[in-house]
This record gives sequence, C-alpha cells and structure tokens, in this order.
Amino acid sequence: MKLKLATLALATGLMGGVLTAAPAMADLVFPSLSYRTGPYAANGIPFADGYADYMTLLNERDGGIGGEKVKLLECETGYNTEKGVECYESTKGSGALVYQPLSTGITYQLIPKASADGIPMLTSGYGRTSAADGKVFKWIFNFPANYWDGASIMVKYLLSQNNDSLKGKKIALVYHNSAYGKEPIRTLQELEKMYGFKLSLIPVDHPGQEQKSQWLQIRRDKPDYVLMWGWGVMNPVAIQEAANIRFPMDHFIGIWWSGSENDVKPVGAKADGYKALNFNGVGDDFPVYGDLKKYVYDAGKAAGAGDQKGTVLYNRGLYAAFLVTQAAKLAQQDTGKPQITPADMRDALEKLDISDKVMADAGMAGFGATFKVSCANHGGPGEAKVNQWDAKAGKWKVVTDWITSDKKVIDPLIEEDAAAYAKENNITPRADCN
Amino acid sequence: MVLPDQVLYAMEAALNGLLSGVMYALVALGFVLIFKASGVFNYAQGVMALFAALTLVGIQQGQVPFADVINLIPGVEVHGFGWTVPALLAIVLTGLVMIGMALIIEALILKHLVNQPPIILFMATIGLAYFLEGLGDTMWGADIKTMDVGLPQGMSGTIDTVTNAWFGYGFYVDQLNIVATVVAAVLVALLMLFSQYSKQGRALRAVADDHQAALSVGISLRFIWVLVWSIAGFVALVAGIMWGARSGVQFSLSLIALKALPVLMLGGFTSIPGAIVGGLIIGVGEQLFEFWVGPLVGGATENWFAYVLALVFLVFRPQGLFGEKIIERV
Repeated sequence: MKLKLATLALATGLMGGVLTAAPAMADLVFPSLSYRTGPYAANGIPFADGYADYMTLLNERDGGIGGEKVKLLECETGYNTEKGVECYESTKGSGALVYQPLSTGITYQLIPKASADGIPMLTSGYGRTSAADGKVFKWIFNFPANYWDGASIMVKYLLSQNNDSLKGKKIALVYHNSAYGKEPIRTLQELEKMYGFKLSLIPVDHPGQEQKSQWLQIRRDKPDYVLMWGWGVMNPVAIQEAANIRFPMDHFIGIWWSGSENDVKPVGAKADGYKALNFNGVGDDFPVYGDLKKYVYDAGKAAGAGDQKGTVLYNRGLYAAFLVTQAAKLAQQDTGKPQITPADMRDALEKLDISDKVMADAGMAGFGATFKVSCANHGGPGEAKVNQWDAKAGKWKVVTDWITSDKKVIDPLIEEDAAAYAKENNITPRADCN
Repeated sequence: MVLPDQVLYAMEAALNGLLSGVMYALVALGFVLIFKASGVFNYAQGVMALFAALTLVGIQQGQVPFADVINLIPGVEVHGFGWTVPALLAIVLTGLVMIGMALIIEALILKHLVNQPPIILFMATIGLAYFLEGLGDTMWGADIKTMDVGLPQGMSGTIDTVTNAWFGYGFYVDQLNIVATVVAAVLVALLMLFSQYSKQGRALRAVADDHQAALSVGISLRFIWVLVWSIAGFVALVAGIMWGARSGVQFSLSLIALKALPVLMLGGFTSIPGAIVGGLIIGVGEQLFEFWVGPLVGGATENWFAYVLALVFLVFRPQGLFGEKIIERV
C-alpha cells in the first residue's frame, strides 16, 4: 500500500512538473500576468505581446541575459483581481523575479503579499501612486510615472496652452468609477486650489458602454477641457460621445491608459485631434524593431497573432520588459553571478539608471524618459509627452517634449498617503533612505 | 415657449432616457423570446450579441475565420480573403450563421436536456456563453473592430433645430438612438405579427403555454426550439450592431446583458411588450434619477438605480409588469 502511495505521489509529482513546465533552475523567470480574454482583452493582448517579444528577442539575439535564458511564465488573469492573485500564488514559487500585473486592482491585492514574500513589483503608470515612496514601499516600484504625475502633467500642459493661467476655466474629469479612476482626484483638487480652475467630477460605472447622462451633463456645463481616466470600452464610448456632442477633440485629454489605437479607431474620423499622455515611444521607428524583425517576427517567434507591433500598448509592454531586464542585468553585475534572486532584483531596481546611453544601446533611444531610481524615490521622474491622434494617417503624433510633473505638489501628497499606509499596516519607514 | 433651464434639461434627459431604454429593450427581447418558448433564462444572450457582431464584421471585412489557428501550421500565413462584403449581404450571411448556431445548440445541448429542470438548462447556457466567447475569440481575434454598416451617428440636427425653435434650447439626441428606436419598433411589430398570425408563431405560443399539451397535438418541440433560438440569434445580431456601432466590437459587448436584467425583472420574462415598456421605464428612470439625485450622491447612479427600481417593482409585482402570474397547484 505504501509503495502504491509512493508511486502515486511520484507520478503526481512528475505530472505536476510536466504540466506546470517548471523552469530549469538556471532560468531567469519573469511572470507575465496577462489578459488575453475577457472584456479588457483588446488592451491586454498588445501589452502581453510586447512584453513576450522583448524577452524572446533577448533569448534569440543575446542568448538571454548574462548567459542565462529568460523564462516567461504567462498566466491569464482576465483582468480579474481574484484570478490575478491566483496567478501570483501559482507562479511565485517558480523563482519569479518581478511582477508586473497591469491592473490597479491586482496591484492593490499584491502589494502586501509581494512585500511579505520578498518579490519586487513594478507597476509603471498604474497601481498605488504612493508606492513611489520607497521608504514605506520597499518592494514596490512605479517608475517612470504615476497617476498623480499624470494629473499634474495634464494641468501643466493646459497652463502652457492658456498663457500660464487657468483661472476661471472649467475642467471636467470623466473617470472610471473605481480605485483606478479615482486616483487623480486628490491631486486635481489640490491643483484646482492652486490655479483657480473649477473642477467637476463625472464618474462612469464599469464597463462604461452607456455614458449618455455624463455627456449630457458635459454639454450643459460646457467645460473648457475634459480630462479622462478610462480603460477598456469606456474610452471609445467617451470619445464617440464627445464627438456626438461636438466637444472640441483637442480639448479632450486622456491619461496614458486612454490613449491607445483601440480607443480612437472605433470612432473613426471624428476622433481626430483627441489627445492623451504617453510615457513610452510611439510607432516602430526605433532600431530595436530591426532586431525584433530579424530575431522574432521573421523567425516566426512573435507572441500572439504577431499583429500588434508599433501600437501604443505593444510598445508599453516592450518598455516594461526593457526596464525589468535592465534591472536584471544590473543585478547580475552587482552580485557578480548570473543567477539572481528576487532580492537582488529589488536592489537593482532601486539603483536603476536609465540614461540616454542605456536606451540607445538597447536600440530604444528616446523611447522613454531618462531617470534614476533611488531608495526614497521608486516613482521615477514623473514625465510624459502629449500625443495627438491623426485620424487620417491613423497614427499618434507626439506634440510636446517631456513634461515633468509638479513635484512640489505631488511629493507631499505621496508622503502623506504613504505615511497613512505605513501606520495602518504597522510598517516602520526605512531609516536608511533619504 | 420659455421654460426654466432645469425643466428643459430634465426633458432632454427624459427623451434620451427613452431612447437609451430602447437600446436596453433590444437586448432584453432576445431573453424574452427564449424564456417564453422554453422557460430557459439564456445566460448566453449577451455573448450571442457579441458573437453575431464579431461574425458580421468578420464577414464584411473578408476575414478568414480561425486565421490564428490556421497560421500555426508552418509556412501558412492567412489573414483575409482580400474582398469586402456589402453590409446588407453580410447581415444576411450572419443571420444564416446564427440559424446554423441555433441548429447546433439544439442538436448538441437542448435535445439532450428535454425534461430536465430549468436550472440544468440555465447551467447549460452558462457553459454555452463561455464556449461562444472562446469560439468568437478563436474565429475572429480579440482585437477591437469597427462596426460600419452605414448607421448614422452624432447629434440629430433636426431635433436640435426644432427644439431650439420651440424652447430656445436645442436638445441633444444621438441619431443612432433614433435608428435603434425605428429598428426596435419594426422588430417588435414583425415579432407580434409572426406570433399572432403565422402557423409557426401560434405553435410557438402553444409551446410557451404548455410544452406537453403542445407536444400532444403534434407540435415539434425541437423545431420550435431551433426557430426561437434562430430568432433570438437575429435579435442578438440587431443588438450587437446597435451597441457595436457605438463602442466598436469588443469582448465587453457581452456585458450589455447586464443592462437587460433589470428590464426583464421589471417588464416580465415572458412579454415582448414588457421588454419594451420595461426598457423605457428603466431608461427614463435612470436618466432622471441621475439628473436630479446624481449630483447629490457623487453621480454614476445608473447601474445600481436600474436594479433598485426593478426590485421595487418586484415587491409589488413579482412576475413583472407584463409577466404571467405563475400559479402552481400541489
């Protein structure tokens, strides 16, 4: 009987090993909590493809990182928080070096788990804004920009468009009625006091397919500008409704999650002139694309259908992979060993220096802002550019240089929120960070 | 005519609510048809609208179905047939696909579940919903597609001009909603004519009233199920076109079913006019509530208000406004 049980256990163990395709211990494991199904699949796919293709490029062109092959562990979350947590739990034991869940809801759930497990998490442009405070959030990073940076950058851009004065202007915020959509409110309210504009808040419930009352309100209130924090179907519907009420498109600005091709193409020519922030490169006019073509696309190794290259969200996935693999390289250099641990990865993320040279060497010159991460600042420079949709060309045009957020406004808010989080969770802020 | 601004705004909100209600009713109609004929709450109705819309755009744009799967074969790369199909022909072809789907559903699922309790059939439709969503994804891809069947969109200039002349304030009404209203009216009229005056329609009503009695007089239950799932498939196509024109065809389209539930609770699961009236009440109710109460409670009241309104109706009329009162004798 004992023998039978032992045989069964062995067989189960072997089967489990095969089914989960556990990576060889020498691999550098990067989990990808992707969503290729469900209502947000259209946005999840390009990001996941970009992330996967960059990892494939490193394996095919460079033989991995520092001689170690990169292993991508993709797990489908369907943009569902519970499934995201399951994915985390099922992959964390595989030597996962860093998580990038592409969901604010999943991020919120994983912050305490990843911190307790000692696995870093990078949530570029999403997640908990105050995670930029490295003194409290040791394992969480959200460079190069966060939501509050986004709000500040939008207001700075509007100031530049209005002779540095927004006094008396009416600005409406149309937002996804969720933790994500509510993130910029506090910052915008601070900026409202500072610059004398009048802010109105217009929530849209998930999923956002019906926004008639919101846009009737906008039509009645006649704001000078509309800002948007949307995701998924909410974005094209909002842009369509804005076009329907003849709201001037160039006065409508979305955050970087409301600025992909998926958001404007369904609206057609009427979306022309719509603007959105972006913190990564646009299009495929970068040398890295030459390598991707040679080693990934032409070799038939592209992820998914291979039809997403050059889109805003594909490039964001590419950029996300670039950032964490740069950190992995740095970790290998610092530790002097090719096999690194999540703790080594965390230390490297905290010392990351993305200079012009680093980006140029990767064939991505100008793809993102230059920045240095530090112990205290896990949030990066807080820079973004404004893109504008050219419906005729079917392309995003970059219409500004990098705009930096107003750190005098953002930093105290981050510090306050992080301190409140530390108090709630009995975290003693790191004393060695300044 | 001079009216206070708030009255004009409320009138505009109510008018838009009526038209939005028609859009909800379009989705609810499909549920009603299937529930009437088979007592099944078809969980897959929203996904059927998505699948129909995906198929329509795929046919129209000359996409090769299952292209991603075919491309897995080494050396093979297909994306499109290289032609486009006119919108009307594509709609007809999609209608045929939906009929084919009804035949398959009947043969593979419903036929085997005759005489099973309604909860089993309901569970089967949950499985069907997940299957259809995956099938749609595999057949046509998960990217967002533009629905272009020539429907007008944007503010109606006529209504703007007329209301401006009357009240000094031009009402905003989306042309797409006007088209949806006309289409819904035609659809309901056709369905009523069909069920009242055609032989098959009468058979359908007989099955709805009493399965066993209908069977005893020689009505084929299997044929009626295929018929009603085909009609529901066509209604799903219409709903998919209208909603897809607004948001693009993407997988969140299946969530429009959420908009139909309060309509069904209010109007009743067995009444076609109930779906329309329920849709109108929900549409107007949520718009006016959002207009008057929304600003006081932070807005975004539409989703929950629709369900609260339906629940209030349920307290007084559990079968819905037009639903049949169910009397079960022991």
